[in-house]
Amino acid sequence: MSQQALSITLFLLFVAATLAITVWASRHTKDATDFYAGGRSFSGAQNGLAIGGDYMSAASFLGIAGLIALNGYDGFLYSIGFLVAWLVALLLVAELLRNSGRFTMADVLAFRMSPRPVRTAAGVSTITVSIFYLIAQMVGAGALVALLLGVTSEAAKAATIALVGALMITYVTVGGMKGTTWVQIVKAVLLMSGAILVTLLVLGRYGFNISSLLGDAAAQSGVGEAFLRPGQAYATPEEGLVGRLDLISLGLALVLGTAGLPHILIRFYTVPTARDARKSVIWGIGIIGTFYLLTLVLGFGAAALVGSEEIAAQNEAGNTAAPQLAERIGQLMFGDVGGTVLLAIIAAVAFATILAVVAGLTLASSSSFAHDLYGHVFKKGRLTEGEELKVARYAALVIGAIAIVLGILAQRLNVAFLVALAFAVAASGNLPAILYSLFWKRFNTAGAVSAIYGGIASAVFLVAFSPVVSGSEEALFPNADFSWFPLENPGLISIPLGFLCGWLGTVLSRERNTAKYAEIEVRSLTGAGAESAVYH
Amino acid sequence: MTSTRDEGTVYERVQGSTDFQELRRRFRAFAFPATVVFLAWYLLYVVLSGWARGFMGATLFGHINVALVFGLLQFVSTFLIAWLYARHASSRLDGLADRVRDKVEEDAR
Repeated sequence: MSQQALSITLFLLFVAATLAITVWASRHTKDATDFYAGGRSFSGAQNGLAIGGDYMSAASFLGIAGLIALNGYDGFLYSIGFLVAWLVALLLVAELLRNSGRFTMADVLAFRMSPRPVRTAAGVSTITVSIFYLIAQMVGAGALVALLLGVTSEAAKAATIALVGALMITYVTVGGMKGTTWVQIVKAVLLMSGAILVTLLVLGRYGFNISSLLGDAAAQSGVGEAFLRPGQAYATPEEGLVGRLDLISLGLALVLGTAGLPHILIRFYTVPTARDARKSVIWGIGIIGTFYLLTLVLGFGAAALVGSEEIAAQNEAGNTAAPQLAERIGQLMFGDVGGTVLLAIIAAVAFATILAVVAGLTLASSSSFAHDLYGHVFKKGRLTEGEELKVARYAALVIGAIAIVLGILAQRLNVAFLVALAFAVAASGNLPAILYSLFWKRFNTAGAVSAIYGGIASAVFLVAFSPVVSGSEEALFPNADFSWFPLENPGLISIPLGFLCGWLGTVLSRERNTAKYAEIEVRSLTGAGAESAVYH
Repeated sequence: MTSTRDEGTVYERVQGSTDFQELRRRFRAFAFPATVVFLAWYLLYVVLSGWARGFMGATLFGHINVALVFGLLQFVSTFLIAWLYARHASSRLDGLADRVRDKVEEDAR
């Protein structure tokens, strides 16, 4: 059996298993709490795995391994921001959100403020962040399948994107949060197992001596010991001060963005109590931290055993470094058959990874559309639960279709910056609104609306005039040049601007909601009146 | 739930109670300084990676340099803060939070 056939077989097994779970989940999805929040009946450990599943996207697994393989240390630097970010979620957001919200990020804001404007703002932001993220993942799926299955035609890539989209729509519309959460759990277990297996084989080859692995990677890299130091990808000497500021800008967006990502926030609603939300974040931190440590070995392992030339020849961004490493280490340890089998396994795991993440994003955006925009803003809450869920399912279909079309259209464009942009928007718009609303007594409707729109607008505006969109060879539009903002990452400016807009909007408005603040403060810290779990 | 009695809502009265004030103090006394510490620690790491290349590139032993150890220490500090918070929450917050919650629910009846 060829590697391609084996990859496809394993992938189909994953699809069959997850579809079976989805059908099972649909039988246990009876009301809105089931559909949006999985009945709030997942345990802390289960939700912790699902957090890992939602968070460890192809951008982390393939992207960071590739970044390390090609640029050495800087890839590792990138992954650290993704991990440290979870402390913001743990200390300031997860438990308080679980106690005061129901289904979406907007619930927490609407608690204190005038519901229609803040739900509109939160809905717009949720859908914006999710679509940016979705397009990046969809384009990645197309490129990946082309490389791993050896198909190069545009039609085959488009077909892959359509297939991924169709599956994610099915998971969400049929299985709701229950089905999607189980898909995340299965994916997290597979991804961790695959990464641990390859890591152990690589370490085994080096007698578990990290230093000699690093030495080999540096020797193969062509730049020597500099490969093990910061400065190969970010803030290179030629970039001077701009490069260094860009590095800080990126770091800030990564650390502050996670706790504002809508598909991550809704994870905290799937457990019975705030204490389980805490437990799930701690599990998540353990899993995600372990994963990035494994990625460190995978990345340097790929640099040492495959070599950067061979990796860059397959994919300029290094996205196939992990699968290439799997094949090489399999060959070295078990001969050609071993290489084929290991590559097939890792390729299938990579597909599963993409599929699970896009399902989480689709669920977050369709929930927000149905619950916030349609249910509360457009229909002013005069909607039965059944009607709202029907809208949520249609919304998943439409958002999924949009993501498929944009994913296919963006095939030839360089959309790698969209993931960092999603983090920047989340950090600049959503995080200020959430933190102010949980911790600042004076905060009000005008403040929430200005924080969200101000944050999104400044992040998107700055990126539109940055070198990632025009004026450089790797830009979205390489043939145009309307860039004047020097940084590739807007966070350094847009995050303070988001907080500033929220503050300014608040103090310029007379509205005060002291009684409502008392309620959200007491409820968020004690769990009084919090939504409870439903078990069917 | 927001039944109004003599002065303000149930929540306003509970918010003013010593038990709740103590709960909030204990929560913030951990969460706020810890946030400042880990953010400063992370930014220090990023700034050193950008500006102090010589220091970060200094070899400690074999091919292990300061940058790698500093990066791994970020993992250690993240795990450590998560563990300390879990311990703080279960010993100092959870019991008190339950007591205040019972009071709210009693009051609201």
